[in-house]
Amino acid sequence: MSPRPIDPAVLRVDEDGVTLLGGWSASSGLRHFPPSPVCPFTGADDIQPVDLPRTGTVWLHTTVSIAPPGYTGPVPYGLGIVELDGDPMLRVVSRLGGGDIGTGTRVHLDGEELPGPDGEPAVTWVFHP
Amino acid sequence: MSDVRITGVGLHPFGRFGDLTGTAMGVVAVQAALAEAGIGAGDVQAAFCGTAYGGVAAGHRVLSALAGTGIPIYDVEAGCASGGAALQLGAASIASGQHDRVLVFGIEKMPKGIIRSSFFAPWQEAAGLSPAPAFFALRAQRLLSDTGLTEDHLAQVVVKNRRQGVANPDAMFTKAVTAEEVLASRMICPPLTLFMLCSPNEGAAAVILERAGAGIRLAGISLRSHLPGSVLGEDSPLCGIDDIAITPPSTLAAHDAYAQAGLGPGDIDVVECQDTDAARELLAWAELGLCAPGGQAALLADGDAEVGGRIPVNPSGGLLSKGEPLGASALGQVVELVRQLRGTAGARQVDGARVALAHVIGRGANACVTVLVA
Repeated sequence: MSPRPIDPAVLRVDEDGVTLLGGWSASSGLRHFPPSPVCPFTGADDIQPVDLPRTGTVWLHTTVSIAPPGYTGPVPYGLGIVELDGDPMLRVVSRLGGGDIGTGTRVHLDGEELPGPDGEPAVTWVFHP
Repeated sequence: MSDVRITGVGLHPFGRFGDLTGTAMGVVAVQAALAEAGIGAGDVQAAFCGTAYGGVAAGHRVLSALAGTGIPIYDVEAGCASGGAALQLGAASIASGQHDRVLVFGIEKMPKGIIRSSFFAPWQEAAGLSPAPAFFALRAQRLLSDTGLTEDHLAQVVVKNRRQGVANPDAMFTKAVTAEEVLASRMICPPLTLFMLCSPNEGAAAVILERAGAGIRLAGISLRSHLPGSVLGEDSPLCGIDDIAITPPSTLAAHDAYAQAGLGPGDIDVVECQDTDAARELLAWAELGLCAPGGQAALLADGDAEVGGRIPVNPSGGLLSKGEPLGASALGQVVELVRQLRGTAGARQVDGARVALAHVIGRGANACVTVLVA
């Protein structure tokens, strides 16, 4: 797998695979993704970088059957929202792949190689059962 | 709010018109509105143009074509609510005492297919994390799982709006469809099929606002954005938190507009609401207070939301029939409702309509709710 993440501010790719980069606000106790200097939910600026959990549960799921503008990867593909493990709740938009997926399906994080914005291979994230 | 009246409305039909420019469509709509008001382009003190894809100084191009420049011209972008935002600013300029008569119009000329915008970063598009219909579909999934509504209810919304659109010569689709046809049309993003999604297209709409006097009264108007936190919001974030207690922007705007008008949902006789997709209309019913969350099935079963029913929604056929030219769609709703309140809506007339509500919601997020009184 190419080591180049599709956006280095959003995910890291190393020997452990793919890691989603997040932020955590001490005052709000809330996690967010991708990391921002300010908590997007409260405006607090006491943000520490955190690696987000690699496991979660599918909340909502659909399938994209027509390539949207700017996307040159394969179709159809799964798209949905995963509730990451840990408290408090954090829901993340993600590609979803492989097998029978629905609300409540337990999933884990993987990398997926796609053409990046420049057409060269880049790694994005996907949750698999 | 102070006494703001709509004294003229005009429309360029919504559809696809080849090489015809957005400017040319805007000229048609503005000329029609000016003619209804009995004035010329030189008789307005300001102009507000809603457009999302019209480019730099889109409103100026229309006023230039009409020799109506010299006045302040504001080009306003607020996604699907661009025309609503322009109307809100125009109304405020009269309410504040700055102007006595202004022109508000919206124009759009959009390509076919999934809407592309500079809203998403290139990496997010490349990762397949930007398709608008998928986010519509996830909202629809949530609606169905929360309320017990089904795909059949989504199909009923399309059947209703397409049937009503048959009577609207300015709509893009004027052929009725059956629930079976809706459900059998191409699956785009489950649960949404092709017929459950509106088409981005082209068109223009215009209104003339004046202080006091005759005309339909613009009794309330509010533009609101999203509160943070919901991953399903029209701001399309990549993450969200538990959203049970987060009030959606359409509800924020509706509360404002009802309060300004001194009216409530029970006073509304006719509604034009955002039906980007069939689920979006059902969400709007609850967000606007037309029914309780989960009450949509009863409204559908009783025919309450149809022309001839208790509270007709989208007598124009809605965006599902008209298509959605982003900058023009909100003002297209206002044009429709002004005609309803005048009693000149022809075969789709809602009998005795005295109070009307227009609603748009989309990218930003931006929501706008307008209350009109005959």
